[in-house]
Amino acid sequence: MKRALQWTAILLALGIATLWLAPYAWMLATSLKSLKEIAAHPTSFVPREPTLRAYAEVFAAIPVARELLITVVMASLIALLQIALALPAGYALAKLHFVGKRTAFVLVLACLLVPSQVTFVPVFLLFAKTGAVNTMVALVTPFAVSALGTFLVRQALMSVPDELIEAARMDGASEVTVVYRILGPLLRPTLVSLFLVSFVFHYNDYFWPLVMTTDESVRTLPLGIALLREQGTGVRWHIVMAGNVLLSAPVLVLFALVQRQLVRAVAGK
Amino acid sequence: MRPRKPWHPAALLGPSLLLLAVFVVFPVALAALASLYSWDLLTPPEFVGLANYRALAEGGELLGVALRTLGFSVLVVTGAMTLGLAIALLVHRPGRLFALVRGAVFSAYVVSWVAVALLWMGLLDPDAGLVAAVLRALGLGRVGFLGDPDTVLATLAAVTVWKVTGYAMILFLAGLEAIPPVLHEAASLDGAGHWNRFRHVTWPTLGPTTAFVATTSLILSFQAFDVVRIMTQGGPARASTLFVYAIYEQVFLNLSVGKASALTVVFFTLLLALATLQLRAWRARGMS
Repeated sequence: MKRALQWTAILLALGIATLWLAPYAWMLATSLKSLKEIAAHPTSFVPREPTLRAYAEVFAAIPVARELLITVVMASLIALLQIALALPAGYALAKLHFVGKRTAFVLVLACLLVPSQVTFVPVFLLFAKTGAVNTMVALVTPFAVSALGTFLVRQALMSVPDELIEAARMDGASEVTVVYRILGPLLRPTLVSLFLVSFVFHYNDYFWPLVMTTDESVRTLPLGIALLREQGTGVRWHIVMAGNVLLSAPVLVLFALVQRQLVRAVAGK
Repeated sequence: MRPRKPWHPAALLGPSLLLLAVFVVFPVALAALASLYSWDLLTPPEFVGLANYRALAEGGELLGVALRTLGFSVLVVTGAMTLGLAIALLVHRPGRLFALVRGAVFSAYVVSWVAVALLWMGLLDPDAGLVAAVLRALGLGRVGFLGDPDTVLATLAAVTVWKVTGYAMILFLAGLEAIPPVLHEAASLDGAGHWNRFRHVTWPTLGPTTAFVATTSLILSFQAFDVVRIMTQGGPARASTLFVYAIYEQVFLNLSVGKASALTVVFFTLLLALATLQLRAWRARGMS
């Protein structure tokens, strides 16, 4: 009975693994096919004559390196700014007494309820008016503050003893030193989680760059890859899938490296 | 603690509050105001009162979009939660195979929406796609998937379930981790089988997790956009025009800022209603 159950679990697990891994395998196989083979054997998992021609076509159609660089710079800037701003704000909200503290905290919490899908029309109008559409400013500044990040930093700082900060002040540390040199390293696990989740989210983001750009000046890689299909004459799945591999590989590598931290961050632990 | 200087709190919080005001509070107010104007971005805005709301409501557009989005969300939440819980229960055990399944299912959640949407467009392609080939091999007929107004919403929901099940699974796994093994041992000693242990120990202790996953994924799927923009552009016959896509269409394709803003206001109101539901679910679970 126990053995039978164990075998059922293994069979089910194999089935689920197939359901999630076969699509990736097909993506990779398709990207290695030639135009002739894609027409003759579109569904096979093993390319008969593997070729990198589809990748060459992707590089010829869009500036992959440039778009990847823009994407990585944008995602890193956002994640770093969120941490840089969440630390002092979280410190004030967790540790200092001042008039209006409750109001400030409620404002931060209220902002948690407003996703970018609600704000994009007015923000687009604002940037259009100031000529900031198609600039890094339009991609980064709306996300420079994370209400969630501020909240999480505040929660983490609640458990730091006041004496630690008082001791640092006695030693002559300025507030900037207290926030970035003492509390920053103390909150390392929280900040690493924040960085990872934010970086991955904005590296992948399609929505915001789509509505804030109209030309290629700051076009990010997800947009470029999506355009690959829209521009394609006929359905050239090998080229689209090659683009897909290029887009997903960096995130999947990062995922393989930091799976444990990422899982913990998503599970909110 | 007392701030060292009276102006310190303002300096520490100022940048954050200013940015939140400019990019969150002000836009919400502006959307509410702009919804009362007719504005095509080229000529000056003209005050029209509630005409934008009326026009959207009379054509049945507003109700259609709202119901479609809600239907889509319910499909996604039901699918992702059921699968996520089932997979979590299955892979909540030691062994390399189960670790592989955990990683594989979660990886879809980490990969970009663009990649997932394009990948499934390829897989579902009626001629070149793998899914169509499998259906043919099984002797089943052609299914329209993305090309048929009757199946497009369910297809988009299925693709979304494939992408987000990993999120539900991770949270359920964390919930399962937190159940003290003593509870299961005690139930076993009392002669409870697998099903009864699930019903009387696992399921009730997972309550808060279930409520959290349900409400969070409801709110997130209500905001779905990428999958629509990439896979269907709202078609065929508007059968997959979800809320955010409808807003996007009004600004960028119809150049109607007023109608887009009116849609935004309704969308935000519905989101707030869902958020209240989320808070309630939390409190109810917290008290029990």
